[in-house]
Amino acid sequence: MPWLNQVVQITLINLKNIPQRLGTSLVVVVGIAGVVGVLVSVLAMGEGFRHTLASTGRPTRVIMLRAGSDAEMSSGVARDQATVLGNLPGIARDGGGRPLVSAELFVMVDLPRHGQTDPNNVPFRGVQPAAFAIRDEVRIVEGRRYARGVREVIVGRKAAQQFAGLAVGSRIAFRDSDWTVVGTFESGGDVHESEIWADAEVAMSAFRRSGFQSVTAALADPSQAGLAGLKDSIGRDRRLSINVLREPEYYAKQASILSKLIGVLGYSVATFMAIGATFGALNCMYSAIASRQTEIATLRAIGFGGAPVVVSVMIEALVLALVGGAVGGALAYVYCDGASLSTLNFNTFSQVAFDFRVTRGLLVQGLVWALLIGAAGGLLPAIRAARLPVTVALRTA
Amino acid sequence: MRYLPLLWAQLFRKKTRTVLTVLSVLVAFLLFGLLEAVQVAFDSGADSADAKRLLTTARYSIIEPLPMAYATRIERVPGVVGVAYADWFGAKYQNESNAFAVFAVDPARYLDMYREFEIAPAQREAFVKTRTGAVAGKRLVDRYGWKVGQKLPIASEIHAKSDGSLNWEFDLVGVFDAEDPAVRANTEVVLINVAHFDEARQLGKGKTGWYIIRIADVDQAKAVSADIDRTFMNSPDETKTAPEKEFALGFARQIGDMGALVTRILIAVFFTILILTGNTIAQSIRERVPELAILKTLGFSDAAVTALVLGETALLFVIGAGLGMLAAVSMLPVLNGATGGRFPPLFVETGTWLWAAAVALGLTVAVGLPPALRVHRLRIVDALAGHR
Repeated sequence: MPWLNQVVQITLINLKNIPQRLGTSLVVVVGIAGVVGVLVSVLAMGEGFRHTLASTGRPTRVIMLRAGSDAEMSSGVARDQATVLGNLPGIARDGGGRPLVSAELFVMVDLPRHGQTDPNNVPFRGVQPAAFAIRDEVRIVEGRRYARGVREVIVGRKAAQQFAGLAVGSRIAFRDSDWTVVGTFESGGDVHESEIWADAEVAMSAFRRSGFQSVTAALADPSQAGLAGLKDSIGRDRRLSINVLREPEYYAKQASILSKLIGVLGYSVATFMAIGATFGALNCMYSAIASRQTEIATLRAIGFGGAPVVVSVMIEALVLALVGGAVGGALAYVYCDGASLSTLNFNTFSQVAFDFRVTRGLLVQGLVWALLIGAAGGLLPAIRAARLPVTVALRTA
Repeated sequence: MRYLPLLWAQLFRKKTRTVLTVLSVLVAFLLFGLLEAVQVAFDSGADSADAKRLLTTARYSIIEPLPMAYATRIERVPGVVGVAYADWFGAKYQNESNAFAVFAVDPARYLDMYREFEIAPAQREAFVKTRTGAVAGKRLVDRYGWKVGQKLPIASEIHAKSDGSLNWEFDLVGVFDAEDPAVRANTEVVLINVAHFDEARQLGKGKTGWYIIRIADVDQAKAVSADIDRTFMNSPDETKTAPEKEFALGFARQIGDMGALVTRILIAVFFTILILTGNTIAQSIRERVPELAILKTLGFSDAAVTALVLGETALLFVIGAGLGMLAAVSMLPVLNGATGGRFPPLFVETGTWLWAAAVALGLTVAVGLPPALRVHRLRIVDALAGHR
């Protein structure tokens, strides 16, 4: 394998003298690290947002909204409708024969972020007692549950992190009344952790509402047939004009606008940066081969082929790109992974808090981008290096 | 200017390298132009705000309604010269939620309040007189191909008619537009006459979403706001009043960390570009040390040679930045077309050009100064002898 041997030899020489060309080589590394870092962190934000909504709800549960409404905010379910829905045969019951159903009030309250004064639309959910049996992922991590019939709230872990005045024991003023924070809950990092929960009946009187926004229930038979049965019985009842969705389906919909926006932002910015970095890599590799012109020509003169030269230059570019990609990915991981932020979800018009998620898939994607940039930046200089006639190269160097 | 040909010759001494460097600077500024346009669009609510307008909402949450009867009481507050109100309809058009915003308004009050909305007097008159009337922003009318005089079927996700149906129908009697691109984003709305809306809806009669108040004197904004809120204090519907601009900014801040994110991306971009070009320029100057020494031998002063090196860097950035910004400007109309008007119109404002110039200057100094200073200290003898 003399050809392969030649490639290995030249590549080793190239890689060994990188330290002598550290400046230009670093340019490729830094340029590509910048692209990959930005790409991975922006996409990690989208990933975290999607993950938060995607991990909300279980396929064994349904949310029922007024027909025609796509979000709880704009939905309305009257009290008598909620009662009818709760007694439908398709809905699961607990050991005591009570239906696992929670009719819920969903409103927004204004709260400032920590250290700020501007109001944010923080979701406030009034739930019925069965809510905790239905959503068994909800666990109190500090304090206790609110007492029934009292103006007490429990707050999601993420809401407490982002917004001021939600520590256990503090009092918050909403409409007409003061509420006491008596506990903090977590629910597996889902969207409910951005919410404030209270007893539905108390909340309805305080917010002067006569109806609910939605009804959440556990299915007696979680199969497709069970859901169809429930839909049928709702469709047959003329008092009801209700849309039934499995929870994951509903929450995935709530992610649509913002995830699309983040995706467009991430990919378009990264594309432009990648183009810029490719120019930088081209520059660097051109000057790398220019400074080694004599050396390459000498190798050619003593019998090394053109192809090994091309391959070796490409390998050098790819190695540098890979280092850049790794650095960029590592920076994104160190700075972003797990960082929390909260923003307005345009679908629900309310705040949702989530963590950046730098996943393995994103890191691999970053490395692929890095290699593509390296390949694009290495190819032309490599071909030039191999094509230059030996005599010309030796004379003009 | 005399030295421009010399600068040019220096710059294109190695054509490939210069072209590649200019291209990477170009891409950076293209990105700068585009991202700043997005930022401006986010803030355009604040930019188009009129300092003489206040907004009143329910105290505890923007979604709570206020009685329509507050209009006359707010009018009596000293310093108030005009009052309008609007209610959120929650539109669903062609089965798409929030395809655009629909506000239920008192036509005369609302159009008097937003004088920047231009509408033909006859159409305005028709809107005031037609109880089922609606007017729409020109961008929406163009997007959906509506014609004045047609019926506009729009469903509501919130408001049912008294028969329980959520499907409403209005008569499109006019089209409005705005000159200023920052205001044009606010014309992406359908206004419906509250007269029919309030009469026909099942629930919430006599309530509205928020009030818009015009005051006589900008300096009185704080005092008038406080007066309005005091008027309704301890009533079942307490209010919160703030200048329109503050309201718009507060809304932009709800998006929160997004703006900060754009800034961070730009910093990453420029840092990367700085490294890329800085290295190239330093290298190009290093290669030319003997030439620069000859210039000094010919009688160019230290300062002149330094200025030449700096000038060369500046030229590189001016060309790259200028072309990048021009590329951004020419790309935006295409982008605006591609989003189908679903996103507020993007445009590059004068401020962005100034920022670009400042950034280009800053980069020139950061990148060009170190090699320029080295050239300044260069001794002819050493340079010609090949010592650096």
